[in-house]
Formats: sequence, C-alpha cells, structure tokens
Amino acid sequence: MANRKNDGYLSARESRRISRENRRITNAYEKQRKRRNVPEAEYTTAMRDPNNAVEFDNLHTYFFTDAGTVKAVDGVSFDVPIGKTVGVVGESGCGKSVTSLSLMQLLQRPQGQVVDGAIRLNLGDKAYDVTKTPNEILQHLRGNTISMIFQEPMTALNPVFRIGEQINEVIALHDGEGKSEDEIRKRSIELLEMVGIANSEGVYMMYPHELSGGMRQRVVIAMALACNPRVIIADEPTTALDVTIQAQILDLLRQLKDRINSSIMFITHDLGVIAEMADYVVVMYAGRVVEKGTAEDIFYHPAHPYTIGLMASKPVVGKKIDKLYSIPGKVPNPINMPNYCYFKDRCEMQVAPCAGEYPCEIRLSDTHTVSCYRYYEGKDGEGNG
Amino acid sequence: MADNFTSVTYDDQYILMVNRLKKYFPIKGGMVSKTVGYVKAVDGVTFNLRRGTTMGLVGESGCGKTTTGRTILRLSGEKTGGQVLFNGQEVYDLSARELRKLRTKMQIIFQDPFSSLSPRLPVGEIIGEAVREHGLVPAAEFDDYIDHVMDQCGLQPFHKDRYPHEFSGGQRQRICIARALALNPEFVVCDEPVSALDVSIQAQIINLLKELQEQHKLTYLFISHDLSVVEHISDTVGVMYLGNLVEYGATDDIFSHPLHPYTEALFSAIPVPDPNAKMNRIVLQGSIPSPANPPAGCKFHTRCEKCMECCKTTAPEWKEIEPGHFCACHLYDDVRESNA
Repeated sequence: MANRKNDGYLSARESRRISRENRRITNAYEKQRKRRNVPEAEYTTAMRDPNNAVEFDNLHTYFFTDAGTVKAVDGVSFDVPIGKTVGVVGESGCGKSVTSLSLMQLLQRPQGQVVDGAIRLNLGDKAYDVTKTPNEILQHLRGNTISMIFQEPMTALNPVFRIGEQINEVIALHDGEGKSEDEIRKRSIELLEMVGIANSEGVYMMYPHELSGGMRQRVVIAMALACNPRVIIADEPTTALDVTIQAQILDLLRQLKDRINSSIMFITHDLGVIAEMADYVVVMYAGRVVEKGTAEDIFYHPAHPYTIGLMASKPVVGKKIDKLYSIPGKVPNPINMPNYCYFKDRCEMQVAPCAGEYPCEIRLSDTHTVSCYRYYEGKDGEGNG
Repeated sequence: MADNFTSVTYDDQYILMVNRLKKYFPIKGGMVSKTVGYVKAVDGVTFNLRRGTTMGLVGESGCGKTTTGRTILRLSGEKTGGQVLFNGQEVYDLSARELRKLRTKMQIIFQDPFSSLSPRLPVGEIIGEAVREHGLVPAAEFDDYIDHVMDQCGLQPFHKDRYPHEFSGGQRQRICIARALALNPEFVVCDEPVSALDVSIQAQIINLLKELQEQHKLTYLFISHDLSVVEHISDTVGVMYLGNLVEYGATDDIFSHPLHPYTEALFSAIPVPDPNAKMNRIVLQGSIPSPANPPAGCKFHTRCEKCMECCKTTAPEWKEIEPGHFCACHLYDDVRESNA
C-alpha cells in the first residue's frame, strides 16, 4: 500500500475529500473575482521601476485538481523592461506557459487560481495589478495592451472562418470604436502585408487550411499585433515550424518589435532561439525561477547546475563531443514537491546545505541572480563549488 | 528518367543500397475518383548505406524524409520506381512469406511515442509480441529475454506489467526502442525519435541509441529536422528537398563546406546558443512548393539565391563532386567534366 501511495495512487474517498476541499477554496476565489463595480483603487498599483512594462512579483499560480494541488508557478519574480525581449526557458511542465497565461488571466478556471503575488502591468500613466483586475477591464487590456502569439498555429485559428473575418473580429472588438467596416478591412489587409504575406487580399479571403504552417503563424502574429500592444507574449511561436521558416518568423518578430517599440516575453525550450532573440533570460525549473540575467550572463557564465546541464545536453553544430551530457532522473512530481531544492535529486554538484530548505536568490552581479547553495557566501561551501 | 535507368549491383560493404527510389501518391478527384495527378513524395533518391554507420536524413517538413524511410521498409504499399537492395536482396521482389522473415532484420522507431504504443497492451507484451510471433526465442527463455532487452534500454523489469499511459515521454520512447531491438535487427529507421522530447531527455535517448549501436553493430537511418542532433549522431548526411536528395556526403564534409545552396541556407538558419554570434544568415524566402506540382527544372530554383537560367528548365544531375560527396546542382556542372 505504501508503495502505491508513492505512485500517486488515491482512493476514491480520498479523491472526493480533496475535490470537496478544492471546491471550497476555488469558490472563495471565484466569489472575490465575480464582484461587480470593483473600485479602481483596488487594482491600481505603482510599478517598482517605471521602465518596466511588466513586473511579476512572487507569483503563485496553483491548480486545484482532484489528485491534489499542483503548484504550477510557485514564487516567480522577474521584470520585462520596455522595448526589451525577455526569454523564458525551461522544459515542459516547468510553468512557462502558466506564467504567461497568468499575465493574460486566461487560466483554466475555477481550478487554476493565482493564490498569491502580483503581476503589475505598466499602462503609462498608471499601473494595474492584473491578478486583481475585474474581467470587464481585462477585456480592454487583452489585445490592446497585452497580446499573445500561441504555440500551435494550427489550433489557434478557427477552421470555419475566413482569415479576414478572424482578424477583423480582433480589431472590431478591441480597437474598433468609430471605425467603419471598410476601414477595419483595410487595416486587416495592411496587417497581413506587415507580416510579409505577399498575396494579402487573396489570403484575406482564404480559410486557415489553405495556408502552410509558416503562413498561419504569420496570420496569428498579425492578429496579435493588430492593436499595437505594449507587451507581446510569444508562447513557443516557432516550435512547430521548420528551421528555415523559423528564421523568417524570428526576423519578422524582431523587426515588428522595433517598429511598435513593444516588449516581448518569449517562451521557448530552444536555447538557440533564446540566444538569438532575448536581451534577458529567465530559466525556470519545476515552477520556480532558478536563474535569471542578461543573455550574456546566462550563456557565458551559467551558474545554476540545471542551466549548465541544459546547455551541455544540447548538441551544438560545429562542436564535436563523443557523448552528450544528460541530466539524470526526471522532474519531481508536481503534486508532491520536496521541501528542499527541487533540483537536488538530479544535481551532480550538490553541497552539504542542499538538504536544507529551498535556496533563496543570490545576486552574482547587478543583473545576474541564481537560486543555488553553491553561491552562498560565508557559509561552509565545501565540495566542488 | 526510366530511359537512363541503370540498376546497381550489390556491393558487400553496403547494408542498404537505394537507387533512384520513387514513391508517388495518386490524387483522386472528380465524381468517379479518377487519378488527377500525383504527389511526388519521393522522386528519385539514391544513396548507399555502409554497415554499422548512421545516416542522417534532414529537410523541411513535407520534403519526403519519412516517406523515404517507410518506402525503404516497404511499409507504404508498392514503390513507383527504383531499387531498394537490403543485403543485396531487392525488398520489393520478396513474397509475403520472405518479407515477414526480413521484417525482423529491419525495424522502425516512430516519431511520436504517445501514439505509436497500443494503450491496451502491457509493456512486456508490446515488446515481446513480435518476438513470440516470429519465434525468435524458446518459450522457456522468453521472459528472461524480454527482461534483458528492457534492461539494455534502461527499463526496469517491473515495468513489464504496466501500461503505456503510466510512462513519461522519454520512457515511452525507450519502450519503442526496446520493441525494435527485441527482434535483433540489423537496420533501424529512426523517424524523428527525439523531436517530441525535452532537451534533457533527448540527450538520454541519443546516448542510448549510440550505445546500442556499438553493442549490436546496428545501422541507423536517422530522420530528423534537428540539424544539431543529426550532426551529433550521423556519419553521413543526406539533405532532402521536395522529394529529392540534393546533397549527400560525410557529416564533416557537409557541415564544413556545404555545396548545395539549399544546404547552405538550411545550415545558416540553425540558431546558435551564443548571444553574440554574428551570423550572415541566408533567409530563404517563401515556403516549400507543393510536391503535387513541383517547379520545372531544379525544384529549388524558386527560392534559390544563385538561380541561373538553366536552373529553370533542366533538372540538375546527381553526381559525385568530391569523393563521397554527392550533390545535384547546376553550379557544379563543369566540375563533372574535369572529374570524368
């Protein structure tokens, strides 16, 4: 029996108890969220630094499932400066996408809830905490201020509507006040041209299945940029594409970012793409930020064993190695996270204090921070530090 | 093409010889399902694969990499033309019974470990089914044999009674590898075995494939669109574009001085994990044309930077530019004369 418990086995009774408990918790959150006429003061905050477009501050996003609480994002803090690109790297299940969905407030509710922390969004003259902002206000922020490019261009478009209609809808909903249908149509075609679609009038009348993967991704990008957002979240925008098409899309994103001077939060698991796109890099592991810094910091002086392992396990063209480094073991079960460093069981550079509680962030330089006991100064750092 | 078709003769050092292999898929249309055209998925592919080596096959999606792999194994019906010699034996001349025997020698590892395992069978049965079917080991030794194969692939004996849904992606890919290896094959087609996996798991699987190759003297045809993985694992590399091989040669040659403009563009598009790397990237315009209606002449001419007049009308010939380094491009037309 004890053995089964470790596998995550639950009796029906236990599962019912958990789901009752979950309902109680999520109902409380939903009630809080569904209030009408929330005063603006409640969700207005001040940015810590006016040069940031978005600040994630100690964000906790949990999913209350029948098998237990999944701490998908467990204390994530980082900033997205205005006009810069921040790359978020990590393996599947590390909470990259949930972080971005928390910013968009598109979490699967009621199971998914932001339970703690703040996400401050800079609106120029004021700042909102999107985790407390009511839905009606968010509706105006999505698309206009923050917008998202989704991972799979095949599933992000509706197969039964023409491309043009789908872009028109975005403009009409978010930016359409006082615009005639003709103006909206003109804007849509202009957008298609902007993302490098040659036959823009033709594509306007097409259905998604008539386009190739790269073209579809361009359409999705056009939709995301329709209202000149300040923050663009790109969730693995090139993962489903070939390298040659990927190069085209990355080029395009870079140009467009400069043209409308927005910030990009770029989520991917490809270190090569990150190196090319990002000014700042955030490395996530099991719902936490393990290391963050400028692209130079991360790529030239990786500090966390996970970052080092990640870099070593990817073959690089032009570098000959006999055997790839592989990080032993696997990601811990998200329902039962250990109370020590989440990476300890897979780490080959352990030091004595690693058995203690989760390490806090250590500043290595002005821009570079890491959560690892190997960099605790003053403490007995015996071992191979 | 049929006019100058010359069949190859078997050479002992090659486990696999593929000569002008073609596979067309008919497009049906109209009221009576008439064939209105063909998708030329594989349109004249030629290469020889040495025993115990790995050949990487790269290209964009839709260029016919997977179809090539499947056609070699005779998994997608009849071929349209050309030859596939496996150990000197034309695969498509075999009777059903002979083919069944040969199946144990050639295996395939599929791309998606989530959909290529039957959800209703326990892992031991998935791995052992074909072994029992072909009677490779006596019934008494069967369990030990399966344990042994699983152990080689990094699976524990108690995994045998579990079902695929209880495993992670990396573990499932190990099951797929174990299933292929249980038959003691000589040749394995690995169809994008690591694309669906995370980076750290990718490394584990690649290392496993390399270890198994050394132990069992396996020959791999490694199909992938991830060029860095291909460079790491392969001895030779073939680059495909729209159903044709455009370049084939030793990995070092291909990566250090690619001959074909497409190969050059493809390699320059690989993102390098170094923020200060300045690359003069060749960004290919447009996307891959439809294989149902490929451009005339050289199929790549619509996107090629070095396109010349002759490229638009005549298809370039497949020839050996340097020893062991093949390429099909008009840029090297005069090279042949000096060599011949």
